[in-house]
Amino acid sequence: MIHSPYIRKQASVRQVMFTVLLALLPGIAAYVWQVGAGILVNLAIATLTALAAEALVLRLRKRPIGTSLGDLSAVVTAWLVALCFPTIVPWWVTVIAVLVAIIAVKHLYGGLGQNPFNPAMVAYCTMIIAYPALMSQWPPAGELDFATQLDLILGGARDLDAITGATALDALRTGLRVGEADVATLLKQDSFGAVGGRGWEWVGLGYLLGGLFLLARRVITWHMPVAFIAALAATAAVFWVASPGQFASPLFHLASGGAMLAAFFIVTDPVSGATTPRGKLIFAAGVGVLAYLIRNFGAYPEGIAFAVLLMNMCVPLIDMKTQPRVFGHRGDKP
Amino acid sequence: MSVRLFSFHGGVKTDGHKHESCGTPIRSAPLPGRLVVPLRQSARAASECLVVAGQKVFKGERIGAPVGVLGTAVHAPTSGTVVAIGDHLMPHPSGLSTLAVEIEPDGEERWIEHAPFDWQQSSRAEALAHLRDCGLVGLGGATFPSHVKLGTGSGIHTLILNGAECEPWITCDDRLMRERAADILVGARILRHLIGAERLLIGIEDNKPEAIAAMRSACAALPGAEVVVIPAVYPAGGEKQLIRTLTGIEIPYGRLGGEFGVQCFNVGTAHAVYRAMEHGEPLISRIVTLTGNVDQPGNFEVLIGTPVEDLLALAGPRRADTDRIIMGGPMMGFALPDLHVPVVKASNCLISASQKLFPSAPPEQACIRCGSCARACPAELQPFEMYWHARAKNFGKAQEYHLFDCIECGCCSYVCPSHIPLVDYFRFAKSEIWARERDKNAADQARERFEFRNWRQEREKEEKAAKLAAKAAETRAKLAEGGEASDSPAAAAAEDPKKALVAAALARAKAQKAAVAPKNTEGLSSEKQAEIDEIERRRRELGLDAPPSAADDAPQKTEARDA
Ligand code: SF4
Ligand code: SF4
Repeated sequence: MIHSPYIRKQASVRQVMFTVLLALLPGIAAYVWQVGAGILVNLAIATLTALAAEALVLRLRKRPIGTSLGDLSAVVTAWLVALCFPTIVPWWVTVIAVLVAIIAVKHLYGGLGQNPFNPAMVAYCTMIIAYPALMSQWPPAGELDFATQLDLILGGARDLDAITGATALDALRTGLRVGEADVATLLKQDSFGAVGGRGWEWVGLGYLLGGLFLLARRVITWHMPVAFIAALAATAAVFWVASPGQFASPLFHLASGGAMLAAFFIVTDPVSGATTPRGKLIFAAGVGVLAYLIRNFGAYPEGIAFAVLLMNMCVPLIDMKTQPRVFGHRGDKP
Repeated sequence: MSVRLFSFHGGVKTDGHKHESCGTPIRSAPLPGRLVVPLRQSARAASECLVVAGQKVFKGERIGAPVGVLGTAVHAPTSGTVVAIGDHLMPHPSGLSTLAVEIEPDGEERWIEHAPFDWQQSSRAEALAHLRDCGLVGLGGATFPSHVKLGTGSGIHTLILNGAECEPWITCDDRLMRERAADILVGARILRHLIGAERLLIGIEDNKPEAIAAMRSACAALPGAEVVVIPAVYPAGGEKQLIRTLTGIEIPYGRLGGEFGVQCFNVGTAHAVYRAMEHGEPLISRIVTLTGNVDQPGNFEVLIGTPVEDLLALAGPRRADTDRIIMGGPMMGFALPDLHVPVVKASNCLISASQKLFPSAPPEQACIRCGSCARACPAELQPFEMYWHARAKNFGKAQEYHLFDCIECGCCSYVCPSHIPLVDYFRFAKSEIWARERDKNAADQARERFEFRNWRQEREKEEKAAKLAAKAAETRAKLAEGGEASDSPAAAAAEDPKKALVAAALARAKAQKAAVAPKNTEGLSSEKQAEIDEIERRRRELGLDAPPSAADDAPQKTEARDA
């Protein structure tokens, strides 16, 4: 027998995921405009791999393929993987990464909604550990034409010095490690723009725009982006104020790397993140602080992925400790 | 005077669908061919049948006497002949049957003698008894006996009239307020008097401008009364939500407003109080909205006991695509298992449902922990956590997440993008927990009974010994007196202390029994009783078996009858 409520809001997982994909478009557009159309090839490769992997696993698990494939969650994972990987990474790196994300991280834990870790971030961490070189070669914005990008993606020979650079974070970090100059001098180099990596700032802005759209559509709440951005900026500010020659400004950190993508699309992953309002603040702030620390003191230039996974591990505890008061129990002891 | 509004967390905005049925005035439903009046108003509030088959009854004649603290009287809705008394299917999702009186109307509508009740000159107790004898229960849906809800008459500062009517589709309160505002206000004044409150706040959702205007103008003459317009967010008319919105007071689970200085009655109840007091008429009819997939939606004044089938015909012939009839609103109502069931005091709305208006839920998908349900929950729970544990049958855990604070409003199910019937999981989990508690209580009781029997046997042995000793002593004394007296007076004298001993033993046994009796069945406050009652009602709705043995009820019933 079917029970009340007999009416439901027009909402579906598919709709939620579709909104997320839509929100990624401004960032992708900026990406294509500033960096090149190679990202579209990566997105396509990732999407196809994800759908194929999802279908295969669903079939093996004897689950209805149609509804689950149609929920678009695999596509969101695929896009996030493609967007946080270097544009010119060989195709098979993307394929392996997506397989890791979909099969190992999502389905081995029980499928949609069950994975304690963010699939895209596990994929990123796996690949940066397995292929550190390939994962650090980013095209300098606007300097590689589509043909070259495509060639590299399809596995063309890499003349590393000529065609690839590093991300702004990487460049700054290496520069500082070598000890050739201080932050201010380094940032005057060509590869830096007004606030972050040249060209990449625009991509960040695109993500920001998409993020605001997600907020407006209530797919995400303000807690995570605000806490993440505030924590990352605050931590950066502490170091920057203490030693401006050694540490870049908060703005640089926000505009560089995957900060904006992370703020609105990665830390906000509902499945692997905290769920209570206070828990969300703690979770995202934790990612922000850890990401900064890893960026500056860890072995890898971009620390967000590791930070997210570390905080993923804390989610059960965070959620447990931050259960909100229920109606009528405001005065109760926790 | 203006009232500061407090908002409650969550809630959902639904398509009101009020306009379908709110446009036409209330019409009187014609007399049906037969009325089926249930004697049991809820799981525990039964009444005792006062009529026999073949008996003629007048309109308003009492056919059921109130039984127990929560009992209210039941009346013949019209004049006619009692044709049968027997179990009849009730409007419950589970197809519950209860004892009902079937009356064949004679069409004459001959009233029994009745007179206005002078509530200003009578004592409070008399007034409450009158309400009980008029069969007054809450008409908002919970059918809680009004005389119980009116409480002790002290400590309550604010009376709230609930005219929010937040469930989509239902417009019976809307029409009532538009058409009978003055009468409602008289009822409210009486309620306020009985409850001893000063303030009277009438909460109405902002989607009912006509009702607001009508109530405002009726209010003007009543000092201390005010209509407060509240935002139309489901479940703004939930009692706890309305109290919170109007006063900021939060009533936790298991407590009633009275403990916090507020009490809340539905506008329909206030109207019924007016009829009972000013006209001496018992509660024998109510307004029912007919709407949904029908040609002529509207509101009808319907005699309690009218078969749903007959009533539905008033909205036009059943359309081919009508696949269910929902009693109540679409958020908390239930599909009727059978259309022979009668309209009861709780029946506020009948919705003809079709797939077009109320499509079946798409298949359930996995929870993505998006938190929409938590954002929508007016009880500020984390439904997905409760769901997780309820699904795993980990009920203890679900309870830790405050399962019992869930008011079953359905907001979580409404918003879930994965189409998970969350509230079904919660109803299920609650009923499972109650079933376990009951088993445990039964075991406790058995143990206590066993211990008591042991104790009693011990006691009896001692008493026997004591009696023998006493008798021996007496005989000795008599012998010592050297009495020539015959044996019989001596025996009688010996009998007396024996009786005294037995009486003393009985008294002790009684005291002991009172001490060991499970706390959940005796010495309950009426509110706790009400809660249990409510629980049992829901259990029944869920198709779970009968409440704990009738024996548990017995002492209370007797007490109440004695009282
Ligand atoms: S709304 Fe549904 S999918 Fe979202 S957290 Fe709640 S139960 Fe899970
Ligand atoms: S049904 Fe229960 S859990 Fe769901 S929204 Fe209502 S109160 Fe919250």
